[in-house]
Amino acid sequence: MSVSEAILEVDALRVHFHVPRGVVRAVDGVSLALRKGETLGLVGESGCGKSTVARAIVALVPTTSGDIRFRGESLIGLSRGRMRPLRRHLQMVFQDPYASLNPRMTIASTIAEPMRIHATVAPGDLDERVCEIMELVGLDPSMRRRYPHEFSGGQRQRIGLARALALEPDVILLDEPVSALDVSVQAQVLNLLEDLKARLGLTYLLIAHHLAVVRHMSERVAVMYLGRIVELADREPLYTEPIHPYTEALMSAIPVPDPVVEAERKRIPIEGEVPSPTATITGCPFRSRCPQAFERCEVEAPELEEHRPGHLAACHLPDAD
Amino acid sequence: MARAAATLAPEKGTSLWADAWRRLKRNRLALGGAVLLGLVAVVCFVVPVVLGLDSETTDPANSFHPPDAHYPFGTDNVGRDYLARVLVGGQTSLLIGVAATLASVLIGVFYGSLAGYYGGKVDEVMMRIVDFLYAIPYMFLVILITLQFSKEARGNPLPIFFALGMVQWLTMARIVRGEVLTLKNREFVLAARTVGAGDLRIIFRHILPNILGVVVVYATLTVPAVIILESFLSFLGLGVKLSWGVLVSEGVGVVNPIESHAWLLLLPSLFLALTLFSLNFLGDGLRDALDPRTRR
Repeated sequence: MSVSEAILEVDALRVHFHVPRGVVRAVDGVSLALRKGETLGLVGESGCGKSTVARAIVALVPTTSGDIRFRGESLIGLSRGRMRPLRRHLQMVFQDPYASLNPRMTIASTIAEPMRIHATVAPGDLDERVCEIMELVGLDPSMRRRYPHEFSGGQRQRIGLARALALEPDVILLDEPVSALDVSVQAQVLNLLEDLKARLGLTYLLIAHHLAVVRHMSERVAVMYLGRIVELADREPLYTEPIHPYTEALMSAIPVPDPVVEAERKRIPIEGEVPSPTATITGCPFRSRCPQAFERCEVEAPELEEHRPGHLAACHLPDAD
Repeated sequence: MARAAATLAPEKGTSLWADAWRRLKRNRLALGGAVLLGLVAVVCFVVPVVLGLDSETTDPANSFHPPDAHYPFGTDNVGRDYLARVLVGGQTSLLIGVAATLASVLIGVFYGSLAGYYGGKVDEVMMRIVDFLYAIPYMFLVILITLQFSKEARGNPLPIFFALGMVQWLTMARIVRGEVLTLKNREFVLAARTVGAGDLRIIFRHILPNILGVVVVYATLTVPAVIILESFLSFLGLGVKLSWGVLVSEGVGVVNPIESHAWLLLLPSLFLALTLFSLNFLGDGLRDALDPRTRR
């Protein structure tokens, strides 16, 4: 992958939190690059650090070490004043549509706020622009003087999306954008996201734990486990020929909507618990639960390496075969 | 597609404030409290001016005059018009209640939101100071402040109001700090930060409007607490020259089984009790109306 096509690069990102019982390594050396116009899916179980990656990118949590570059320009260590213009192009949609809107503000003020802060639109044109954006995300502009509690979950998520779109960003980080919604509404919001991406030339980082959603939306998928990326590949190879045993186990957990195939489906159960987030890990972080772990896994942590063209995995198994 | 008509006339939504107001109006007890409170305030502030009442002129020939047509509330031990004294005393009590509460709200909200918003070391130091002030018996603190001032300003309401405000803001600061602490990590605050909002904007546009309900409710319940405290101080002889507390205190002094002069105790007590009742009902009603947990 050449650097020129990467719009957002995360390089050896570490985010550690100091808690009374030690250090939580929420993100421990994550590197990934978002290519312009793609959707990169980021999957993993709860607590694996996928949301923290997104929050570090938009500077909601401080970065311990590593680099985040947007269009080749580092975002780390920038003052607030220098950060602000770059932030315009990097927006985020939050998971919980009930918590992500200020209950005391009309949705028009919520959508207009980013444009007020960055003064991208003349005050006289704000109202018109708000209406445009609302139509873009499929909301009726005549409802703009209403308050969040008067909307449904799906509508609220559209409002959150409208706020993110207000500054005409290049990249949108979608942090579990549909997991809090009813299944019937999930598809509508996902289709809207796809449609907007095509119309506005957006780039998405889609964080989700729902594997079917990620498969539907993404061109490439990264799998995270315990603060690290364990596998990164194009969607189809990752879903059909996973390299890492963790990915393999995850994929085997997807139900198949065909009773015959479903009955014969081989499931790989993952035994044991995720290690404590404060524990110091030697060797491979997955070895305590890996059905195929061997001696090397206990002493040496596997690096994320290219095992097939464009298919990266952090596992010793392919070398052992 | 341009929806010109819709763009021109957006539907008005109901804000949470409008919602709360509707609920408050349905609460008869709270509404009654508000009306009664308004009535007491109007009577205390308007009637003495309109009738040209004089609360100070003594008339020893007319002392302990029981209530009649000429003196509706009777007169006290030196023949002062008791109606005038109760109403003018009410002015002081209400003013101290409102002013000390306002001071406690201003200081408490400012202090509490700073501590909660900046968190960490700042919060630690600021809240230890509050804990320290809490640990001092507040009556001792109030008496100390009052005595300090009383040399120059005997009977002046200002030191009392200052002393009470000094004590009341502590609880307000704690409440506000706790609210801010939970709000600042809510997703809508994080969202505001990702679109580039600065600290001031986040505090004033996103955090404070969402804690105002709690503040209003607590303030409504602080007013009666302050009025009681002021009455208590006046009862001890540390208060102002003329307030309901002073009148009750004097009333207790002259009431005796032989010649009861009961009106001197009962009338200011009645006004005080009515005011406290109304404020408490109003405060309870506001809490029910603004509490998000009771919503829908």
